[in-house]
Amino acid sequence: MEEFTGKVWLLGDDIDTDIIIPTEYLALKSVKEMAPYGFCPLRPELASKIEPGDIIVAGKNFGCGSSREQAPEVIKALGVRAVIARSYARIFFRNAINNGLLLIENDTLCDDVKEGDTITVRVGESIEYDGRSYPISALPDNLLDILEAGGLVKAMQKLNGVGAADRE
Amino acid sequence: MGMTIAEKIIARAAGKEEVRAGDIHTVTLDYLMSNDGTTHLTIDMYNNLKHPRIADKDKLVWIVDHNVPCDSPKTAASQKKMRDFARENGIAFYEGAGVCHQIMCEKYVAPGQLIFGADSHTCAYGALGAFGTGVGCTDYLYGMVTGGSWVLVPETLRFHLTGRLRRGVTARDLILTIIGQIGANGANYHAMEFVGEGMKTLSMSDRICICNLCVEAGAKTALMEVDEVTMEYLAAHGGREPAACFKSDPDAHFEKTYDIDLSSIEPVVAKPHFVDNIAPVSDVTGVKINEAFLGSCNNGRIEDLRLGASILKGRKVADKVRFLVVPASREVYLEALEEGLLDIFMEAGAMVMNPNCSVCWGSCQGVIGAGETLISTGTRNFKGRAGDKDSFVYLGSAATVTASAIAGEIVSADELGVL
Amino acid sequence: MGATLIEKIFAHNIGADSVRAGDIITVNVDRVMIHDIFIPFVKDKFEEMGFTKIWDPDKVVLIYDHLVPASQLDDPRHHAIGDAFCEKYGVRHVHRSDGVCHQLMPEAGYVMPGDVVFGTDSHTVTYGCLGAFSTGIGYTEMASILGTGKLWVRVPGTIRVNIEGTLPEGVTSKDVILTIIGDLRADGATYQSLEFAGSTVDAMSVAARMTMTNMTVEAGAKCGLCSPDEKTAEYCGLLELTDFMKSLHGDEDAVYERVLNYRAEDFVPVMACPSQVDKIKPVAQVIREAREITAADIADGKGEIHKDGSVTVPGTGLIKDGAIRVDEVFIGSCTNGRLEDLQAAAAVLKGRTIAPYVKLIVTPASRKVYREALADGTLEILAKAGAMITTPGCGLCCGRTGGIMTDDEVVVATNNRNFLGRMGTSKVNIYLASPVTAAACAAAGRIVTAGDPILER
Repeated sequence: MEEFTGKVWLLGDDIDTDIIIPTEYLALKSVKEMAPYGFCPLRPELASKIEPGDIIVAGKNFGCGSSREQAPEVIKALGVRAVIARSYARIFFRNAINNGLLLIENDTLCDDVKEGDTITVRVGESIEYDGRSYPISALPDNLLDILEAGGLVKAMQKLNGVGAADRE
Repeated sequence: MGMTIAEKIIARAAGKEEVRAGDIHTVTLDYLMSNDGTTHLTIDMYNNLKHPRIADKDKLVWIVDHNVPCDSPKTAASQKKMRDFARENGIAFYEGAGVCHQIMCEKYVAPGQLIFGADSHTCAYGALGAFGTGVGCTDYLYGMVTGGSWVLVPETLRFHLTGRLRRGVTARDLILTIIGQIGANGANYHAMEFVGEGMKTLSMSDRICICNLCVEAGAKTALMEVDEVTMEYLAAHGGREPAACFKSDPDAHFEKTYDIDLSSIEPVVAKPHFVDNIAPVSDVTGVKINEAFLGSCNNGRIEDLRLGASILKGRKVADKVRFLVVPASREVYLEALEEGLLDIFMEAGAMVMNPNCSVCWGSCQGVIGAGETLISTGTRNFKGRAGDKDSFVYLGSAATVTASAIAGEIVSADELGVL
Repeated sequence: MGATLIEKIFAHNIGADSVRAGDIITVNVDRVMIHDIFIPFVKDKFEEMGFTKIWDPDKVVLIYDHLVPASQLDDPRHHAIGDAFCEKYGVRHVHRSDGVCHQLMPEAGYVMPGDVVFGTDSHTVTYGCLGAFSTGIGYTEMASILGTGKLWVRVPGTIRVNIEGTLPEGVTSKDVILTIIGDLRADGATYQSLEFAGSTVDAMSVAARMTMTNMTVEAGAKCGLCSPDEKTAEYCGLLELTDFMKSLHGDEDAVYERVLNYRAEDFVPVMACPSQVDKIKPVAQVIREAREITAADIADGKGEIHKDGSVTVPGTGLIKDGAIRVDEVFIGSCTNGRLEDLQAAAAVLKGRTIAPYVKLIVTPASRKVYREALADGTLEILAKAGAMITTPGCGLCCGRTGGIMTDDEVVVATNNRNFLGRMGTSKVNIYLASPVTAAACAAAGRIVTAGDPILER
């Protein structure tokens, strides 16, 4: 079982895709160039403060809004290890899985945790925080298949018998 | 010794009987026009004055035209500063109504006036017999606070026109040819005065086009005599009365006089990246284009749209070519709408835009990418003017631009056989 | 047992007798739409996946609309990449300046009732107005569809929305869908299909239905659906609906997660207030609350008072003379940029001019809409009133150009999102409303309803 520990950045409900990465920056050449603008309408300083391995904890309906796949990609590019929210908007959910960004649903952690605190995630089992354990569920099989392949691109590479599908 | 038109207008504005080229005079200004390119900077300077005051708010005309509709938070903040200041101080304010010089010609400029504009193409007002010249923020602020300024009386270069432009050749080809002949600094600090029998053949739209572009030869201003065409235009635009109708005296001093036979003018383009890099269209026929632009204070009037529409009617814009058609003002937009021109453009696949500076200003609408080529009726083709620093802008007439949009490559209307 | 509309579409698509909510199935894709912001990413992923040809190039539609007209230096590159992609893989359906993708897909006949359609844009849900399944996906999934022609989906549960009766004068389908989103909340229909039915929906034009289905994603829905009828057939250029198309309605005995019942007569003009699309209030309430801002509220730090007595209230705007001052009005987008929307605005503005210092930006949703509005005099009325008529495209709705604003400004807009920073800085106050309300606000220069006496001055 995979386990990791990280520092928490706490966000609210309905964090939309225009907050995660505004349209203004969508035509930049790469996700790397977009990443510094992540979350800028809400918290302009956040992108520069997030460190690799950090964890975002948020309320309901995380990622609502547009289909821009740059949203999960920017979060990943910032080094975020996982997002833990009450619930996710559906397009964002699919896009995150397809890009190998770990999303975890949990109903209560966002009420308890404080920004800057450290939590430990046991994938598919629980989150450990402040001496308490928050259960989390496993993903459905068809999504696990994609995650196990390393994202949808790699799954398709496998299908086509090309590329670096088996490199990792 | 007699005086030139430029000297007479400055004499009037200075309250003198006589002025001479080379003199410096204190003058009273008739209007001060400013647009969203720089007004926010003027306001900042104004607010830093110890005793800020506006000499005469009725002389100020502020026009938002460069980035319309607005394209960035930064520009929005500049435009808001301008709008709020205009509202608080009762300054005439236009936003989205068209390009500043077109609005000034339609609503304000009258013969004999001296007008400062915080934009280089203010020299366009010479078409109506007014001395218009471009100034920077500091000069503008001084005029705003005092109602006046100082001017150096310019020498005059005189262009004596005869004959008539041939079919398919426009005023745009004429002025580009002249700029090519005298060079981008050929009229530095000078007034360019256009006279002669040939003037009678030129419409007000043609005249604005010619005067507008004189700054590309470095001119301080451009001037024309008031005639029936001028009076008809004024009558049709609110019935403004001339402040004074001046002609140069026969014994006035001209630094140089050029004789131009209009019938000798050919369709030309200005090649990248200088306005005086002039060549016959036939020299560049076949250059592939990505975008074409019909509009601007230079060629966005109803006459230009009529010419473009007459060529485009029943034809299509070439595959993958973006053809931007931008009426110079709301008045032009409505005329073109009523005459069915807008629909001709839209049916053919062109993009009709709201009146504004558009890609002539190079931001906001129709920006071109690296390696791309634009043919434009705009005013300038400097490197990077319309977008990426590695793009190419050719300047040509409404006829050449429209023909090129159809062909997907530069070609004159005559050569394409669409006249 | 009966089936919901979405269950019928999916069962037909995979050739099964029936499917049920919760089933995970692989569908055969009838059409895909890609727009200019995402084409470079789709291309990269497609080639990275190792595909060398598109499963069926004629089922692919590429539309340039978000970056039209190009306003930033990076924009033309997207179009160049799109053109090269189409040339390489034989895609013929390309629209370079014809309007907003979600308007063009139904309007140009790319979507038929019962189709399964995916697009790289969340508002792809719009085509449900024709009784088609359509939804937004990311560019990686789009790339995989281009290679395989298939995608897995989970059959969604259905929230049925019944609306019966006649809408009051001046109330539009925009007010209806905003009200429903307010009731459901922004995540109230996540993963669900929103199925609209009832005499009110039957009486709506296809354009009015499009406004409703377009915004279902703002409640998190996977799709929003209306049953096809004669109006749909006419819109799609069909002589008659096929038997399958005729069967596309939710059965009485189907299993619904929830059923919402509305009486059309109860709807009033509403707005989504800054900055959540589910923060819905009747326009009358917005007006009243602004009027009732008190000195005590301001003393509590809820606003900043100015020399002239006006007050800036964060999250509301500038309140002057007891009303919220409007700086800009935007009429357009895939939500409300169609002919009848422009006509509704023109009916309010005919013979009037907009208030001084207000910008009215009208962006017809497509070239066809633009030309129709030219032909019937609508654009003339709007331009004479002082509107800037821009070229068809996404315009201000996608926040790249088309009327961007700055701190504390107020915009009343007919589009679908009022997220923080969507149209400029994060301090811009965005109110979403119908074209009727938006036009009235432009004329008054403050937030009003279309019946406000100020408009008669």
